[in-house]
Amino acid sequence: MILTAALGLPMLGALALAVSSRWTETAARRCAIAVSVLPVLLLIWAWRQFDPQGALFQFVEEVPWVPSLGMGYRLGVDGIALAVATMSALVFSASIAYPVDTKHQPRQYYAWMLFLQSVSLGVFLALDLLLFYVFFDLSLVGMFFLIGRWGHGQAQLAAFKFFLYTFCGSLLLLLAIIGLYLSVEPHTFDMRVLIEQQPLAGAGMTAALVFLALMLGFAIKTPMVPVHTWLPQAHVDAPGPVSAILAGVLLKMGTYGIIRIPFAMMAETFSRHALVIALFAVASILYGAFVALGQRNLKRRIAYTSINHMGYTVLGIAVAGALIQDTGYARELALVGATVEMVAHGLITGALFLICGSFWQRTEEYDLDSYGGLLRQAPWLTAFAVLASFASLGLPGLAGFVAEFHIFAGTFGVYPWLAVIGVLGILVTAALFLQMLQKVFFGAMPERWAQFEDLRPIEWGVLAVLSAGFVIIGVAPAFLLTLVEASATLLVGGR
Amino acid sequence: MPIGDVLPEISLTLGAVAIVLFASFVRQRQHHWAAVLALLVIGLGAGLTVAQWGGAPRLTFADVWALDGVALASKLVVLVAGALVVAMSPEWMRTDRRHGEYYALVLFALLGVIMMASASDTMELVLGVLLSSVASYPLAAYHRGWAPALEAGMKYFLIGALTNALLTIGVVVLFGLTGSTGYPDIAQALATDSDRLALTIATACVVLGLTFKLAAFPAHAWMPDVAQGSPVPAAAFLTVIPKIGAAVALARFVSLLPPDVAWRAIVASISVATMTLGNVAALRQTDVRRLLGWSSVSQSGYALMAIVVLGINDKALPALVFFLASYAIANLAAFAVVTHLRGRTALDDYRGLARHAPIAATILIVSLLSLVGIPPLVGFFGKLMLFRVTLEGGYAWLALVAVINTVVSLFYYLRIVAPMMFGSRQSAVHVLSGQWARSTMAVAGVLLIAGGLGAEALSLFTGSIRFAL
Repeated sequence: MILTAALGLPMLGALALAVSSRWTETAARRCAIAVSVLPVLLLIWAWRQFDPQGALFQFVEEVPWVPSLGMGYRLGVDGIALAVATMSALVFSASIAYPVDTKHQPRQYYAWMLFLQSVSLGVFLALDLLLFYVFFDLSLVGMFFLIGRWGHGQAQLAAFKFFLYTFCGSLLLLLAIIGLYLSVEPHTFDMRVLIEQQPLAGAGMTAALVFLALMLGFAIKTPMVPVHTWLPQAHVDAPGPVSAILAGVLLKMGTYGIIRIPFAMMAETFSRHALVIALFAVASILYGAFVALGQRNLKRRIAYTSINHMGYTVLGIAVAGALIQDTGYARELALVGATVEMVAHGLITGALFLICGSFWQRTEEYDLDSYGGLLRQAPWLTAFAVLASFASLGLPGLAGFVAEFHIFAGTFGVYPWLAVIGVLGILVTAALFLQMLQKVFFGAMPERWAQFEDLRPIEWGVLAVLSAGFVIIGVAPAFLLTLVEASATLLVGGR
Repeated sequence: MPIGDVLPEISLTLGAVAIVLFASFVRQRQHHWAAVLALLVIGLGAGLTVAQWGGAPRLTFADVWALDGVALASKLVVLVAGALVVAMSPEWMRTDRRHGEYYALVLFALLGVIMMASASDTMELVLGVLLSSVASYPLAAYHRGWAPALEAGMKYFLIGALTNALLTIGVVVLFGLTGSTGYPDIAQALATDSDRLALTIATACVVLGLTFKLAAFPAHAWMPDVAQGSPVPAAAFLTVIPKIGAAVALARFVSLLPPDVAWRAIVASISVATMTLGNVAALRQTDVRRLLGWSSVSQSGYALMAIVVLGINDKALPALVFFLASYAIANLAAFAVVTHLRGRTALDDYRGLARHAPIAATILIVSLLSLVGIPPLVGFFGKLMLFRVTLEGGYAWLALVAVINTVVSLFYYLRIVAPMMFGSRQSAVHVLSGQWARSTMAVAGVLLIAGGLGAEALSLFTGSIRFAL
């Protein structure tokens, strides 16, 4: 019941906001914040109850939905899902609490945010392929309306592009899911059965096609080079909190999906193509870093670093699936790293995009060159921006380092030469963040920013929570690592 | 004579006659009671159909009339869809001098469609197609004082006359080949050697004749005009209901053919051409009704996918009927909203609707998302089953084409959604006064969601249907 409550409560909150028109802005906002915190608390409670020695999936719930199709409302989590879901719930609460211009439709804005929180958690908690797909698609609908209605610039165009592009990926996913479904007897969408039976092992052409469709679908969502082109525009034109969710939560659906479906259900096919995936991941790492370095637009720059960071995650997953003799430990390290990277990237990039939102609220300007010397004007903003940037570039003691260390340690054990190339990405990331900080916060301040306001208490409060998250993971990651390792060992070694 | 086997059809006929008489003797202002009468008749017909449910599939009336799961299921879908059309009509037709007769025509057209779905004899099929066509032409041109309605009716009639003639020629050639009009005899005669060229010609003619009712390529050209020009409730009828009968009739017909007639390839290419053409043509439309017309063409293409794998996969027929039902609900919901909004048709007039008419806007958006196949709406399960049987039947390329088309279709559906949600308007939104259209719209909207959440019920209902033959 705990998982159903975690995704059901925000949905109820969204309904309550949607049906009545009597909400005032303050009331709607308070209600949304209160409701959005509940899943965080519930998931933390589940975390404490989770037994690392126990079965792979815990807190399993099952209610038949369309039994004649083998589809059910099945929920359950392993350590990986639980970690990512808790992070997502937290990023949602933070984004909902972050002040934003709701364009005279506060009720609708908060209702859509809660709806999106509910379906996003659904993606991570589902144990049924079709249910996973249901939530996966609904998240696109929620995102479409949020970007189109509350975005700026060419918001509608960005929303269209986002929806069409990612819907293309999700339909490929649907075909692949049906392919997996048809490969087991009796036909079922139950993930546990599919993981246990590995139905497409040795199925030749069918397996290859299903795998290709799955990977394409998830690569679009992640996004990996070369199917990343929807991302920059969606990010730039979305309001800050929505960008934070897009980067912090929605991108994770791609990498989480790779772990949950092709990696776990088609281990043999995955291992055969692991090197190709790793190469694409390294391409994403380098491409994302170099293109980000070339951006003059603050938000676009951070958006491209997401491609870089998701590249690390995919590299970790590819290494974990490589199935090379005597590399079990390295592969487990890589999978743990990939999961920690997801959590870390969600918190860090979430914070960075919220900071971008604060810039937009004050100046409606993203051009890096127009800024300078804001350190004196806005010390709090500077402090949080510096902390998040350092975390993002992988400074030891912060969450990004823990993740990247695990990933590269694992990669050295399996594909050492790829690790060497990939590390270059970290170097470039460091350069681009330092250059960004220097341009915005140091040097001479242009006259026009004389009235620039520092963070308000609610803003720095939210940023402090997210920062606390990635600092704690950086300093004392044990609580997260135990949880993730429990499932990673089962997924990597138990085959 | 086993009169009991056709009681639903008899009740429809008698009901239609009663409505004609009623409308002749009652004042125009009271004609909305004819709608109540029509709903009662449809309810009676549906009740009688349910009573036939559960028996073994069989043929009756000297094997010309099929009484199997497919016929009964599609009959129920047709009747429910017909009831929705009747229920959205009274306020629209209120000012028309011939308000009452409209319902009689609807009932006759329903009867024709049911005959198509149940025909197990080529003559019976021709009869069904002609009855539904003859009753539909005046429906399309019901507002005869309005030029676009006349144009739509005329186009519909001309294309219909041509394709119905082709259908008849096909039936005659088939009779010449096999010496019979009954499906069991035809199947038997075709199984032994016969003239392949003549058979190919006959098949082509019959399939072409049915593409008219399906609004599939190449006889689809009437659909956008009818959707745009005819009265909106009639457009709702014509874009949805004839399709159901025609798709089942086509499935029944092709299942007779011997495998060496490449009917799978023919149907597959019609399917691809139809969905692609419908979607591409819909992309640039600025008229919502016309856009819905083109989208309805493309949906016929999807439905044909299930017919392609007929006989390879025993789930093909359930998928076909499930998809048609889900499509019918979604399209009727969309047209009910348009009716409620007094037929508002220019895309620009939909700007800012979400703020001023939130319920109508929500139902329209949900129905469009269901047409795309966004879960958990009923349209998603329709498409899921289609994809499933197509993949299982080994036509993965066809499923891929359908996927690409679905992405394209999302674009034009969003072109309606975006201005409604993101635009703003100054002027007030005018809607039809009264509760008929409003409540039909609400019922259809609820069905879209309930059908998705309760997909199990629909799937059990269609799950084991098969042909009697």
